[in-house]
Formats: sequence, C-alpha cells, structure tokens
Amino acid sequence: MTYLRPSFRHPEQPINELGFTRKDYEGALSTLCAGCGHDSISAAIVQACFELSIAPHKVAKLSGIGCSSKTPTYFLGNSHGFNSVHGRMPSVATGANLANRDLIYVGVSGDGDSASIGMGQFTHAVRRNVNMMYVVENNGCYGLTKGQDSATADVGSASKKGEPNPFEAIDLASIALQLGASFVARSFSGDREQLVPLIKAAISHRGFAFIDVISPCVTFNNNPASTKGYEYVRDHLAATGTVDYVPFKQEISTSYAEGESKAVTLHDGSVVQLRKADPELDLNSRRSALRLIKDYRAKEQILTGLLYMDEDSQDLHEIIGTSKTPLQALTEAELCPGQKVLDKLNDSLR
Amino acid sequence: MKPTDVNDPEYFHRVVDCQYACPAHTPVPEYIRLIAAQRYTDAYMVNWESNVFPGVLGRTCDRPCEPACRRGRVEEEPVAICRLKRVAADNKANIQDRLPVIPKKKNGKRIALVGAGPASLTVARDLMPLGYNIDLFDEQPAGGGFMRSQIPAFRLPESVLNEEVDTILDMGVVSHFTHYVDSLKALLEQSDYDAVFVGSGAPMGRDIDISGREAADANIHIGINWLASVAFGHVQAVGRRVLVLGGGNTAMDCCRTARRLGGEDVRVVVRSPFEEMKASPWEKEDAQQEGIPIYDNHVPKAFLVEDGKLVGMRFEKVKAVYEDAKRQLIPTGEPPVDMACDDVLVAIGQQNAFPWIERDIGLEFDQWQLPVVDKDTFQSTLPNVFFGGDAAFGPENVITAVAHGHQAAISIDLFCRGEPVTQRPPPGVTLVSQKMGIHEWSYDNQIEDDARYRVPHANLDQALSDRSLEVELGFDAETAFHEAQRCLNCDAQTVFTEKLCIECDACLDICPTSCLSFVVNDDEESALRQKLRMPANNPDQAIYVSDNLATGRAMVKDENVCLHCGLCAERCPTAAWDMQQFYYSVSKAGEEAQP
Ligand SMILES: Cc1cc2nc3c(=O)[nH]c(=O)nc-3n(C[C@H](O)[C@H](O)[C@H](O)COP(=O)(O)OP(=O)(O)OC[C@H]3O[C@@H](n4cnc5c(N)ncnc54)[C@H](O)[C@@H]3O)c2cc1C
Ligand SMILES: Cc1ncc(C[n+]2csc(CCOP(=O)(O)OP(=O)(O)O)c2C)c(N)n1
Ligand code: SF4
Ligand code: SF4
Ligand code: SF4
Ligand SMILES: [Mg+2]
Repeated sequence: MTYLRPSFRHPEQPINELGFTRKDYEGALSTLCAGCGHDSISAAIVQACFELSIAPHKVAKLSGIGCSSKTPTYFLGNSHGFNSVHGRMPSVATGANLANRDLIYVGVSGDGDSASIGMGQFTHAVRRNVNMMYVVENNGCYGLTKGQDSATADVGSASKKGEPNPFEAIDLASIALQLGASFVARSFSGDREQLVPLIKAAISHRGFAFIDVISPCVTFNNNPASTKGYEYVRDHLAATGTVDYVPFKQEISTSYAEGESKAVTLHDGSVVQLRKADPELDLNSRRSALRLIKDYRAKEQILTGLLYMDEDSQDLHEIIGTSKTPLQALTEAELCPGQKVLDKLNDSLR
Repeated sequence: MKPTDVNDPEYFHRVVDCQYACPAHTPVPEYIRLIAAQRYTDAYMVNWESNVFPGVLGRTCDRPCEPACRRGRVEEEPVAICRLKRVAADNKANIQDRLPVIPKKKNGKRIALVGAGPASLTVARDLMPLGYNIDLFDEQPAGGGFMRSQIPAFRLPESVLNEEVDTILDMGVVSHFTHYVDSLKALLEQSDYDAVFVGSGAPMGRDIDISGREAADANIHIGINWLASVAFGHVQAVGRRVLVLGGGNTAMDCCRTARRLGGEDVRVVVRSPFEEMKASPWEKEDAQQEGIPIYDNHVPKAFLVEDGKLVGMRFEKVKAVYEDAKRQLIPTGEPPVDMACDDVLVAIGQQNAFPWIERDIGLEFDQWQLPVVDKDTFQSTLPNVFFGGDAAFGPENVITAVAHGHQAAISIDLFCRGEPVTQRPPPGVTLVSQKMGIHEWSYDNQIEDDARYRVPHANLDQALSDRSLEVELGFDAETAFHEAQRCLNCDAQTVFTEKLCIECDACLDICPTSCLSFVVNDDEESALRQKLRMPANNPDQAIYVSDNLATGRAMVKDENVCLHCGLCAERCPTAAWDMQQFYYSVSKAGEEAQP
C-alpha cells in the first residue's frame, strides 16, 4: 500500500496564471476505498481551482463527518480546513463566512451528513444564501458506517447487503430550489467534463451554490439493485445541456442559435454558458427546474447539469448589510468606537 | 488505432527503456532490485548471463542505458545503472558453482576465434557449454583484447579484467597468445575448423598528415599504439608538455595516462566544439578534474620542428557553422595559435584493417574495405566465417562486441548443426502478476525522491602518481541501496483488462504523471496522441490502447513518463489494472525456445 504520492509529475504539465501547477492544489493521498466516486470529485475540485488560478490560501474547506467529509484532506492541501461535527458543517461555514467574507468557502458533505442529521442545518444555510459552494457527494448510503440506506436512497433501491428501501427519497436539489438557493446543479462523479465547469461556475457564483453530485460507493452501494451505482447512473443519465465556464478577460468564441444557448454573466465578469439539451429549461426559473427534475424522474432518468441560477442574488452579507471589510480584519478601534459613539447611538433610540 | 497486443514481447520490451537500449538487453531493473536486496551474487549472475563482463562493464561501459533511463525524463538525472553493476561485481561471492557445466564429452566440432577481445570471448562463453572445441588466437600476450591493451588500469584494474577473462578461458578454451594469425586462407585450409569467428577488432589508429609530420616523427605517437605500449610496460614515461589531438575516448585515456607518466602540462586539442566531442560527458569531466584543459575549435595545421626536434604545434581557430543539420568548421580569421610541446599523441580515430585476410578466398569486402557481414546472423559471404565486435561494422564498444558475440554464437551453433542461420530463436519472455494482497506488491513501489548519488574518487595526487590506482572507488553498500531505490522498476508493467473496467476514473485521478486517459479512439495515432489529458509528445514511447469500453471510449496510456508506481492498480476497485513483471531474455546458443 502506498501512503505517499510520488512527487514527480508530467514534465510538460501546464502552469496557471499564478505560476502554480495542478500539484499545488493536491492534498494527501486518499485513504478512501479504491474506486470511490468521492475521489473523482476531489480531482475535479483540484482541476477547477487550478484552472481558476485561485490562490490556495484564499480557500477554506469545510466538512462534516463521513467518507465524503473526509475528502477535504485529499485536495487543496495548502488551504484552510475545518472538519466539523456530523451534520454541523453549514453553521460552521456560516460563522466562518460572516467572520471573513474574503475567503472562498468550499463545503463538502454527504447525503447522510446533509439529508439526515444535518438537514436542519443545511436548510438554513440555503435560505440565508451563504456565499459558498456546497457539494453533497451523494451515494445514497452512509458509506463510512458501512453502507446503511441514507435519506436520498430511492424507493426500492437496495444496497449490497440491504433490503429494498421502503421510504421516499429526499431530493436535495429540489429542496435547495424551494428554499431559495441561488445556484443549483446536479452532476455525476464519473462525468468530469461536466463537473469541472460546474464547480468553476459554483465557486465564481455569489451566494449559495449547491451541487448534488451522484458519487457511487463502490464498496456498499455499487450493486445492480442500487440506483446509485456506476452502471445504473450511466444508463439513466440525462443532462440539461453542456456548461462552459468562460473566465473574465477571455472572449467567448462559440456562438449558438437563439434559444439553444444561454449565457449568464456573473458578478466578477466571468460567463457561464449553457448549451441547452432541453429547450424546456429556463435557467432563471425555479419552477422550471423543479418541474424538469420531476419529469425526468418520472422517466426514470437522472437530470444532471446546471438547473437554476440567479446571477443577481444577494448573499447573506448583502442581505444583512455587514461591513465590507471582513469582520476579522476590523481593529479594536473600529469595533469599540468609544463612549461618544455609544451615546449617539443610545440617543438615536430614545 | 488497433488495441495494443501486450503478448507481443516487443511491446513491453520497449517500455523497459534501459534494457531496450542495452545492446545485450541486460535485464537492468531485475538486477538493480537484487542489489537493493544485497543479493550481489544473484545480481552479478543476471549480468553475467547477458553481458559476460559485469566487473569490466560496471567500470567502463559506454552505458547507452543511462541516457535512455526513464528517470531522466521525470527528474534531472538517470539511475547510475553502470556503477550499480560494479557494486554487484565488487561484492559478489565465489561464483564457481553457478557457472555452466562444461561437458567432458565434446561434440566433435572445432571453432577458431581470431582475437581475444570481448566478442571472441563471448562466443567462447556461449559455445563451450555446448561441447565445442575452441582455439583462441591473439597477437597479444594475454586475453581481453582492447579491454587489456587500451582501457587504462586506472579505469579498469587488471585483477578485475583477469578474473572475468579467466572465467571463460578456464572453461577449457585452448588459447594461443602472442600468435598473430597472418592468413585466413591458411587457417581455413590447414586446419579442420568447422567455423571461424573473426573478432580482431579495429586495431589501426588513424594518422595525421600535416607539415612537419615526418621530421617530428620521434615524438609523435599514435594513441592506441601508445596506450598498448603503456599497458604492456614498453613505455613508462612521456615528455613534460604533451598535446593530445582528438576528442573521443581514446583522447581522454591518452591525456589521463600522460598525466600519470610525467606529463605536467597536458592539453587536449580538438577540432570540434566542446559539446560535440565524441567522448562521454563524464570522461571529459574526469579529464578536466585531473587538470587537463580542453581546447576546442582548434584545427592542427603543422608540427613545429627546430633542429630536427618537435617543439610545438600550430593550430587554426575555427567556428562551427550549421547548414541543414550539416556542420562545417569555418576559420575565424584569428591569428594561428602555437602551443609548445615535447610529445604529441594522435587520437583522431580508428580503422578496421584486415591485412591478414586474402581478398581471393570468397570473402567479400565492400568499398570501404569492410567485410560484408549480415546484421542479424553475423555471417560473412564465406558461410563458415563469422564476424563480430569492432571487426564487423567498425569501432563500437565492449557491450556491443558482447551482443555481437552472443548472436554470432547462435549462428555458429546453427551452422555446425546444419540448420539455417536465419532461424533465430525467439526471446524468453514471462509476464507475471506481482499482486501479493490488497494493495500489496512484490516489488517496492514507493518512489524515492533522491537525486543521483556520485561515486567517490581517489585522492587526486595519489591517483596521478600511480598509473594503476583505480580512480573511482565505487559505491559503498548503503549508497548503492539508495541509488538502487531510485530505479522505477520499469519492468513492472501496467496491464489492463477491458472487461473488468467500470470507468470510475480512479486510476486517472491518482496517476501522478497524468499518463492515463479515457478517450474516443481515433484512426490516426498522431491524432489520438493529441487527444490525451497530457498530449503524448514523445514519439519514441508507445501508447497503450485498449479495446472499447462500455461508454464507447478506450483507455489510452502514454508509456512515456509512467513511474510504474502501481497507484493505478492500487486505486482500481476491480483489478482491471494489474502490475505484472515482464522478464525478457535474449536467447543464447543452444537455447532455442519452443514456439
Ligand atoms: C583507448 C580506448 C578506450 C576504450 N574505452 C572503452 C570503454 O571505456 N568502454 C567501452 O565499452 N569500450 C571502450 N573502447 C572500445 C572497446 O575497447 C572495443 O570496442 C572493444 O574492445 C571491441 O572488442 P572486440 O572483441 O571487437 O575486439 P578487441 O577488443 O579490439 O580485440 C581484438 C583483439 O584481436 C587481436 N588481433 C587483431 N588481429 C589479429 C590477428 N590477425 N591475429 C591475432 N590477433 C589479432 C588484437 O590484438 C586484439 O587483442 C575503447 C577503445 C579504445 C581504443
Ligand atoms: C453525531 C454523530 N452521529 C452518528 C455518527 C456516525 N456516522 C458517521 S458517518 C455517518 C454517515 C455518513 O454518511 P454520508 O454523510 O452520506 O457520508 P458517506 O460516508 O456516505 O460519504 C454516520 C451516521 C457520527 N459520526 N456522529
Ligand atoms: S465506503 Fe463507500 S463512500 Fe466510503 S470510501 Fe468506500 S466506497 Fe467511498
Ligand atoms: S528507472 Fe530503472 S528500470 Fe526504468 S529505465 Fe531507469 S534503470 Fe531502467
Ligand atoms: S503505474 Fe499507473 S499510476 Fe503509476 S505512473 Fe504508471 S500509469 Fe500512472
Ligand atoms: Mg453517503
């Protein structure tokens, strides 16, 4: 068993705008099961951050408990990280984000972590539109505790040693849409062409960007009776279209016919371009997204891709009007402006 | 592209860069692992089977394996393969009980070998165990050929050479030293040899014809003749100021030897630019470290003679100009450069010479007076006469002579048994999984970061005062271990089984050097190479293409910078990747494998 990743890389590996290579965004060697979908998501995050030329020290990784929540150790080894309590990542992320609005927040959670024990936490982070990317690595089971059905397991789906699941599944993407998430997408760990641009768009989006990534648990839930195994997912995939993320500064070179494509400009000037596969989709309409998710499910298809985004959304800081300077950067003089200011404030309330 | 056929022995052979580059195809990674395990005698025997002179080659080999070594493509320097070989030779135990048994009852066939260099000795090594009677002729007083007469003792101690030459002579070869064969015709007619092998080398040094050559003759020496005279003790001193003409390995050995025979101001003067000198970089470095300056871009114009005695040389300064990959040396127009000297050593090349082979006996020579010899069988146009080593295609090196010797021995054996010499035996090949358990391999797959270790040298003053003192001291056991650990085990092959792959991407994600891609196949190899995650830009390295997978894509691996770390196989949940050790051995005479 190898515990250390060899330090050699391809001699011609590309360098990004900051002069970093992909290696600078890697983390420790994964200890997850060989073939776990979660590792592919880590690789996609590495790729996206490399391509976005993000300075690693400007990122904070947050997670709960679970195989999925372990993964921040395996990417962005030079970034900040907080591995919190089971299901409690959303409140830790909210607090961190309030204290320092200047960092990029990458939350990684599991379907158990977010849809069971952390459901209450999750919903509030959504409705507050915390500025973060929130990835659920969804394998329909509690991988870390040996594969019990989770709340996202489909009715009738059975894990390797399990009975068919009798309960209705929670669809986290639908819930995020209903609660006001300003960016909602779904993807599949085995589809890096789709996942990498989605992650880039989610990181660049201001507000709560949610990605539900189907991520097979090869050890406990990759059997023929499971609807979250590699084979089932591949056979039932459908996509809203192809997403391109075009960074600010770069010109958009491809052009598509009206109605076929939609370009959304983000607050930082970058552009998300969706080449639609289904003309029914209206990216700015929650109702359209919710309906399509249902329609595809009725056809036993899993709809992936970008589902909804509100590029003009106001994040938590804007909603409550916090200081533009991160709270953690304020000095004592600013935080305790003195008796005079207090008196003035008190007077105004009389 | 068609899926790769990994059952073709040549596919994985090419992946083991060092072994592939070695003319004798020595299984390098195999013996490096044995050295790491301190199994020096085993490592020695793996070498001995392939290259016959591990102790000699571990010190003097031209090491074509090292520029080929994969490690040099992922970091600064290749594995010190050659010097590791020496460690095996230095630390081995007695090998007598491991040598082939020489049959008491002979097969009745008699072979004559002309020249006792590495080529002839290899033929003897391969044919003696098969029961042949062998007569070996050399004009020198002892065996070894140029290894004895040319390679100086400070690079190759006589004891090391003697041991490895004697291993072969002791098989019962009948040697006739100080015996110059002056007629091939006589050898063929007067004796009843079933076959003759010509391993007489390229024993003629090129001379230089410029003004003053004749007048200064007493102090002008042809490099290889001079080195031989030194080796056999006929020359023991040289002038204080010595000029060595030439930039190859003979020049390097001449100048370093001159330093040891009393030369204080020894200079190498060469026509070409420094970078283009024929000598290996390490040879130039060693010479410079001994206080020998190298003057490049200087063309000899005249020997300067006063009172009938050599006093110096005149050179013209030139610069190299390149046109359509052709080099020209153009005079710079600067005034000529004079250098004073007492002796000049001419080391500007070697030629084949066969004054002892009659041109009317049916043995064809080409326009350059080289014998016409088949590249695979080493047979000449006289079916019972075979050539090998420098005598066959011009000056090369010891390992090439050995490789020729093995092939010629196969031909001679086939010829003597009345079988066609073109019926070459296939290589011996095995491909075996190295899986020992989950994520456990029989080889150490952890990749070490260590930079190449340097071999320690003897004290310079001591080395210069004793012409037989070996300069390189060799690695000690611990350094050898660390150097051996730098080897990437390129014979541990990644073998892919399409039907097991679930396309989970785990191998792609883990591969440190981005060798793997799942892509839609293409008719054109060049197009496919560009479609990979990292374009496969090294055309010398193969790409490994699988059959189509469930999603319609193929797995394509660029072999170029694979570290053989086994991580792809460790991360694969279905064991679609496996690490399998590939062993390739060139068959020897009498070893024809059944097809
Ligand atoms: C100065 C110098 C340094 C070298 N250093 C290296 C080195 O470091 N590493 C390396 O790999 N290679 C080196 N070489 C090259 C290497 O020595 C030769 O390529 C190699 O020895 C060739 O082997 P061979 O068996 O063909 O013949 P040789 O080794 O040349 O042996 C031929 C023998 O045949 C004898 N002979 C010739 N004609 C007759 C005849 N008619 N009758 C009887 N005997 C005859 C000669 O006396 C000689 O002993 C060096 C060469 C020179 C000149
Ligand atoms: C408070 C608390 N309750 C229960 C557990 C046990 N536990 C650990 S991980 C886990 C479920 C993880 O499932 P998921 O978030 O889907 O992660 P996965 O391993 O599937 O990626 C549970 C129940 C715990 N660690 N802490
Ligand atoms: S148990 Fe499942 S989720 Fe956890 S690491 Fe293994 S495959 Fe991945
Ligand atoms: S790394 Fe080892 S096996 Fe690979 S080419 Fe170099 S010496 Fe040979
Ligand atoms: S052995 Fe596998 S993981 Fe390692 S470098 Fe080669 S292809 Fe990549
Ligand atoms: Mg889970």
